[in-house]
Amino acid sequence: MARRRIPAILLASGVAVSALLTACADTQTSSTTTAEATTSGSAGEAGSFDCSPYEAFGDLNGTTVTVYTSIVAPEDQPHIDSWKPFEDCTGVDVQYEGSKEFEAQLIVRVKGGNAPDIAYVPQPGLLQTLVHDTGKVVAAPDATAANVDEFFDPAWKGYGSVDGTFYAAPLGANVKSYVWYSPKVFAEKGYEIPETWDDLMALTKQIAADDPDAKPWCAGFGSGDATGWPGTDWLEDVLMRTASPEVYDQWVAHEIPFNDPQVVEALDTVGAILKDSAYVNGGFGDVNSIATTTFQDGGQPILTGGCYLHRQASFYAANWPEGTDVSENGDAWAFYLPAVDPSAAKPVLGGGEFVVAFADRPEVQAFQTYLSSADWANEKAKDTPNGGWVSANKGLDINNLVSPMDQLSATTLQDEAAVFRFDGSDMMPAKVGAGTFWKGMTDWITGQSTQDTLDFVESSWPS
Amino acid sequence: MTQIVDKFLAMFGAIALFAVVVALIVGIAWLVGRLRSRSSDRLQGVVYVAPVVLMLAAGLVYPALLTIRQAFGGPTGDVGFSLTNFANIFTSPELLRPLINTAVWVIAVPVLATVVGLAYAVLVDRSRFEAFAKALIFLPMAISMVGASIIWKFVYEYRPAGAAQTGLFNAIITTFGGDPVDFMQSRPWNTFWLIVVMVWIQAGFAMTVLSAAIKAIPDEVVEAAKIDGSTGWRLFRSITLPSIRGSVVVVLTTVGIATLKVFDVVRTMTGGQFDTSVLALEFYNYSFRYFEYGTGAAIAVLLFILVLPIVIYNVIQTRRDA
Repeated sequence: MARRRIPAILLASGVAVSALLTACADTQTSSTTTAEATTSGSAGEAGSFDCSPYEAFGDLNGTTVTVYTSIVAPEDQPHIDSWKPFEDCTGVDVQYEGSKEFEAQLIVRVKGGNAPDIAYVPQPGLLQTLVHDTGKVVAAPDATAANVDEFFDPAWKGYGSVDGTFYAAPLGANVKSYVWYSPKVFAEKGYEIPETWDDLMALTKQIAADDPDAKPWCAGFGSGDATGWPGTDWLEDVLMRTASPEVYDQWVAHEIPFNDPQVVEALDTVGAILKDSAYVNGGFGDVNSIATTTFQDGGQPILTGGCYLHRQASFYAANWPEGTDVSENGDAWAFYLPAVDPSAAKPVLGGGEFVVAFADRPEVQAFQTYLSSADWANEKAKDTPNGGWVSANKGLDINNLVSPMDQLSATTLQDEAAVFRFDGSDMMPAKVGAGTFWKGMTDWITGQSTQDTLDFVESSWPS
Repeated sequence: MTQIVDKFLAMFGAIALFAVVVALIVGIAWLVGRLRSRSSDRLQGVVYVAPVVLMLAAGLVYPALLTIRQAFGGPTGDVGFSLTNFANIFTSPELLRPLINTAVWVIAVPVLATVVGLAYAVLVDRSRFEAFAKALIFLPMAISMVGASIIWKFVYEYRPAGAAQTGLFNAIITTFGGDPVDFMQSRPWNTFWLIVVMVWIQAGFAMTVLSAAIKAIPDEVVEAAKIDGSTGWRLFRSITLPSIRGSVVVVLTTVGIATLKVFDVVRTMTGGQFDTSVLALEFYNYSFRYFEYGTGAAIAVLLFILVLPIVIYNVIQTRRDA
């Protein structure tokens, strides 16, 4: 049997009876009059699941929770699988619905009175809009908050809160502060992983000198009607390094103007790489080609010798062609985008999604609590056989993750020295974060000056 | 499986409900008809018209009024009463550019599509391959806007000098020794490259309508003109063009209205980047991506105002012809 066995479930009347049941007791056919669910697995069986946290929500048997997300087939299956233990424990039926038009549709649905029970929202900015514009978001239950306090860095709780109220627990996560490279090529050429920003620039210079047929960097800002977002990641990542995570916070919250001199400096630092025709765009053409190269194609020349370095998030692992050895000594791997001063801080830029509830029925609260637990994080890791999923949940056992890249991301997220910050464009007002900021970065890479670009975005900030 | 069954049940339920409503209306109208009083004819008319009026009111008039209200309600659409949204369209750089682009589109596409369609219709008229030639230019009409945009995206595809060119145009250019051109990034010409796609789609429509109009010109008129010595360009200017004037106006206005709504081509090919955005795309962005419903509504209202004169002119013209 390939799937891990969920220990049989017993619905017992009476309080906390530790009955042992080894075989298939079907939840649906068990007594429905019981007030409490107790579980236990066959002794010693791996993956035995603790149902006790969900007893407090009462008898949930026969209830339904609807979930609406932007994750569509085939990526949805690991999610659906990961809910199995919860469904077996409680008898709740969790119904999944994924849509590519999720962001636009969610607000329409909520405003139209057709809200799902739960939505996976990938932007804190959208969470704010939902709270402010619809007023239908329900604050997270105490049990969920307790889980988040226990298992997540406090910064994450802040991203799930609006005006001091905690609404949404973090779910998955990704790490953006990575530079992809080829360990095999690096070993061949004798290059070392840079430890500081100066090392990185020295390495860039050296590659440009060593290999006249290639370029040190390759990049792609193209992403359909979201073209430009990889550029926003570049600026955010570098701003945290040339200024500080605190300045970054002020900038995201618009406490300092978008075109603050410190931001100008950061974007010019990015420009020293991306706008130098000696350094980009390996395998694609001149600097302008960055704007039209899709971000999926962006790093591919690393495998064919067109370029050596590609700054992109952990999820880029999914874009390597089948058969690529993505590992520490393989064809492709990633190193941490170095800090300017590593002794000061280790800023990590990342993203993730949040569990937003539009109903406060007990089964919905129980499900929220389940999703915020370490049990779920480990379950999800095991249910994702091809990798490509990580959580910032500190209760996540790194050994449960399948791919080496996911393990590296989880290690980075759980690193005590790391100062995590959420993707800024996802927290800004959508008009900026999904509009003028993207457009600004696209115009910048195709020739607009740093100052003009930042002035343009600043002038578009909603008053 | 159960989901599919549920969907079908819901669908059949809806159809049954629709049938019941229709039967109800017809039934009431029949009962009214049996009254045989003086006003029963009029009443019967009301019974038939009322549901339509009701649905139009609920489905069209009410949302339109709501949109107009939102357009004056600040960026979010529900506070106070102000003109800021409209001022915003004409002053903020991120909306001024789409406004100018839309103007360029609305002038260029109808004119070019009509000229191309008319030239084609005249050239193939009564030629040996007329049917085949017409089918060729009419084919793009059968392709969706998004499909056409994707086809043209490949035609414009750019690869750096030295690499194998996958785009048709750049393959031709480099074969003759030229440097490859990144069509989508060559501002402001990229808007014209997008306009070409729309003209390609609409020229077939223009050709069909105009060709029919040309064929409707009485043979005697053409022969009389020929006997009087008019040929070629003169014949076209003095006989053909005045005879099909009404059809030309219909084509110009219809294509013009379609162009004001252009969205698919721009969204598919550039996503509105590189200064190619148009109003309809920004309306979508503001309403469904930035959640600034007020600004989105203002753009929609502006588009409505712009399309009004074209529609009115079209109606007057078709009435005069009829």
